[in-house]
Amino acid sequence: MSHVSTYKPSTGIEKWLDKRLPIVRFGADFMEFPTPKNLNYWWTFGAILAVCLVIQILTGVILAMHYTPHTSMAFDSVEHIMRDVNYGWLLRYVHANGASMFFIAVYIHMFRGLYYGSYKEPREVVWMLGVVIYLLMMATAFMGYVLPWGQMSYWGATVITNLFSAIPVVGESIRTLLWGGFSVDNPTLNRFFSLHYLLPFAIFGVVALHIWAFHTSGNNNPAGVEIKDVKKDAVPFHPYYTVKDGFAIVVFLILFAAFVFFNPNSLGHADNYIEANPLSTPASIVPEWYYLPFYAILRAITFDIGPISSKLGGVIAMFGSILILFVLPWLDTSKVRSMRYRPVARMWFFLFVIACLALGWLGGKPAEGSYVMYAQIATAYYFGFFLIILPLLGILETPKPLPRSISESVLHKSAKVETSAAPGAPAAAE
Amino acid sequence: MTTSDVSEDGEPTRRDFIHIFGAATAAAGAGAVLWPLVHQMNPDASVLALSTKEVDLSSVPVGQAIKVMWQGKPVFIRHRTPAEITEAEATPLSALKDDVARNDNLSGQPEATDDARVTASDGVARPEWLILVGVCTHLGCIPLGTSAGENRGEYNGWFCPCHGSHYDLAGRIRKGPAPENLPVPPYQFVSDTVVKIG
Amino acid sequence: MKAMNITKTLIAVLAAGLACNTAALAASGKSKHPHEQHWHFSGPFGTFDQNALQRGYQVYETVCSNCHSLDLVAFRNLGQKGGPFHLDACPAGFPDTVDCSNPNDNPVVKALADKYKYQVTDGPDDSGDMFQRAAVPSDRIPGPYANEQLARLANNNALPPDLSLITKARHGGPDYIYSLLTGYEDAPSTVEIGVGQHYNPYFHGDMAQAMKPEYMHDGHPVEGVSVPLGGVLAMAPPLADGIIEYGDGSPQTVEQYAKDVTEFLMWAAEPKMESRKALGVMSIIYLVILAGILYWSYRKIWADQH
Repeated sequence: MSHVSTYKPSTGIEKWLDKRLPIVRFGADFMEFPTPKNLNYWWTFGAILAVCLVIQILTGVILAMHYTPHTSMAFDSVEHIMRDVNYGWLLRYVHANGASMFFIAVYIHMFRGLYYGSYKEPREVVWMLGVVIYLLMMATAFMGYVLPWGQMSYWGATVITNLFSAIPVVGESIRTLLWGGFSVDNPTLNRFFSLHYLLPFAIFGVVALHIWAFHTSGNNNPAGVEIKDVKKDAVPFHPYYTVKDGFAIVVFLILFAAFVFFNPNSLGHADNYIEANPLSTPASIVPEWYYLPFYAILRAITFDIGPISSKLGGVIAMFGSILILFVLPWLDTSKVRSMRYRPVARMWFFLFVIACLALGWLGGKPAEGSYVMYAQIATAYYFGFFLIILPLLGILETPKPLPRSISESVLHKSAKVETSAAPGAPAAAE
Repeated sequence: MTTSDVSEDGEPTRRDFIHIFGAATAAAGAGAVLWPLVHQMNPDASVLALSTKEVDLSSVPVGQAIKVMWQGKPVFIRHRTPAEITEAEATPLSALKDDVARNDNLSGQPEATDDARVTASDGVARPEWLILVGVCTHLGCIPLGTSAGENRGEYNGWFCPCHGSHYDLAGRIRKGPAPENLPVPPYQFVSDTVVKIG
Repeated sequence: MKAMNITKTLIAVLAAGLACNTAALAASGKSKHPHEQHWHFSGPFGTFDQNALQRGYQVYETVCSNCHSLDLVAFRNLGQKGGPFHLDACPAGFPDTVDCSNPNDNPVVKALADKYKYQVTDGPDDSGDMFQRAAVPSDRIPGPYANEQLARLANNNALPPDLSLITKARHGGPDYIYSLLTGYEDAPSTVEIGVGQHYNPYFHGDMAQAMKPEYMHDGHPVEGVSVPLGGVLAMAPPLADGIIEYGDGSPQTVEQYAKDVTEFLMWAAEPKMESRKALGVMSIIYLVILAGILYWSYRKIWADQH
């Protein structure tokens, strides 16, 4: 949907610059980008995520000015930030809670993409770049959590790096390579700090590609039909969506501030306020909340599958649960994008959301008794949804008739709201 | 702008007020956020806690000097003998290369008399105690002459080995490339034998 | 619509299955739930009570500091804004040149630091030797033991944890610390407590290990007996009524001591809490106003599209 540039340089300087570096044109075209007029609030999370990334990079660069990546000083230097550095407590709490906010936003963004079929032709690359961003975020957040060198930092790092030893033949060597020694120690902390500083800039780069990609294909929208008539179906990004995104960002920041200022430690784990001690393992090692579903999948594989040990099986299942997203555009056989018009798929989708939430809850529970069985059921459903349900439904399901255009779907909707007994129902549950 | 809120001549109308107000409020918030991001670079509380230093002088015998660290710089404290005091007081201002006192405890630009070089923040001169920041005013080397046996230069005070600056018994530059007298840091006597520098 | 029916049936079966099994998930609590206290610092507007902080420091100094360090707290922190001994102005008799609101010049803080004679290692001096001196405000509060090994040697091989972050480093936070300090009780008759061990129902532990063998069968308690809540710890009940003399007439009871020292330790763990909450209130008010303005702006811009 790359549109014809309407930018006309007015002053002499603008004309001069436009011939040499058309950066003003680039910005103007970005602002003018024709955007479907029917985007709902679920679509504001892209802009919210951009804000999250900027906040994390800004506060992170500043924290690095005061932090010391050494096993004997890391914990103290974080407390030095909290106690002595001017506004250090604010910067650290924003950064630590910012990670959680980032993941809340990215999960909403991903489920929105799933629900409205934003991964389907011609947006496969947009979706795959998004999965790359998500993987980079996971790696960055994991290494960042190690830096304060608390008990959970240390033992989390130990458990996750030990996963790699499950890989046949080269696993042990990879683990030693990651550690730079024979256990998680100072070399590990140092390289994690270096990579934790580097990866956000890699994320920034992939985000640029992600935006470039959907500026080529055009935004998907809740109706899932493409823009036919730019005048009727679309509005310029600015001011229509700058103001809508701006409003959503501020509402999101209220939630963010509530955590930072009034519950700054509620999303963290108490054990991380105890300095790392390689001689004493905490009673239960629990990762940060945003990894819990994958932790549950990892632990759900308690049985050997043929030659594959349960340990390796768990690792394969865990990584597979993310990698499967890369092929999702080809697993979903339905031509209809939006689940608004796929009543059956929609029910399976909500069940999928429930399975993910359940996995998150189970990841925080001890791996014993019936918890394991539930995790196995939910894991089976997770993979079943992608590998069986979506491919089959595309063939079996009869979708509802699609609107002819975006403008028709908008008119249809407002007509419905006027006659409906319960206006104000969220668009997603229409 | 594609909104209908712009009048024909392109001037913002009263209906634009809310958009301008919104942008201005957001900009004010962004400005307020800048302060913590900048202020974090200022000296933190643990650094500020070391910005003053109390030194017990009871162990410095007459005729000797000590060197203490203050704000990352050496401070010379010399317990001068009566003869040294007399010699420093007798030096005429005309013999000085720099006739400004360079004492942080005094306001204005008083002349570099010996009294003005040994005045504490309470305005009292204690000629037996000479307290100086020990950084040569030429290019920042540390002058010799504090420890026993070091070269004290031609004027019996301090000698900077880097480029040959000679300081006298009141820390005033007498010979060599240094442009100014050694500065006197802010200090006050909290008791007869304890001085607080900074 | 066949797919629809299959889907609905499956969902119903799954839901029923889940409902049947949830009962089995009721987790067994292993320690008693801490008493929820009303704290002066609770809630979005809560602040520290300076008198309680001062009493709490007294409890720490008299009792806790015999075994526990407070490594992250410097004496100067006691005199900083919001700290237990912060002064806005000097007491009468100080020259104008002294600024007692500066924690480094605060006379109370200096006196508290000076109590720790010969406890700070400094140096090396001119002859190359390290030497001991009294603490000054910029020093951190010296701990009772030079290293972990000495601490274990003196405490029956148990390591008294550092208290700087203890209220944030334990589930239940200040409520837990208070409950632990006040919650010691005699062990039930079904368990055997070792020498130098003390039973506390609030401590996170596993009492199944301490059950007398006659009450256990195959790793489970016999019929009619249950494993008591809590655990055993090496710390003897540290507080007793009247052991510390308060100067301000507050009750000299275990409960009051525990409450005061917990408030002090909460301050020690989160000394910037007051400015955090104050800034938070301002930020949220600002954001709500900005959201309102932007929503209005949004409605106006979209007016021609709806």
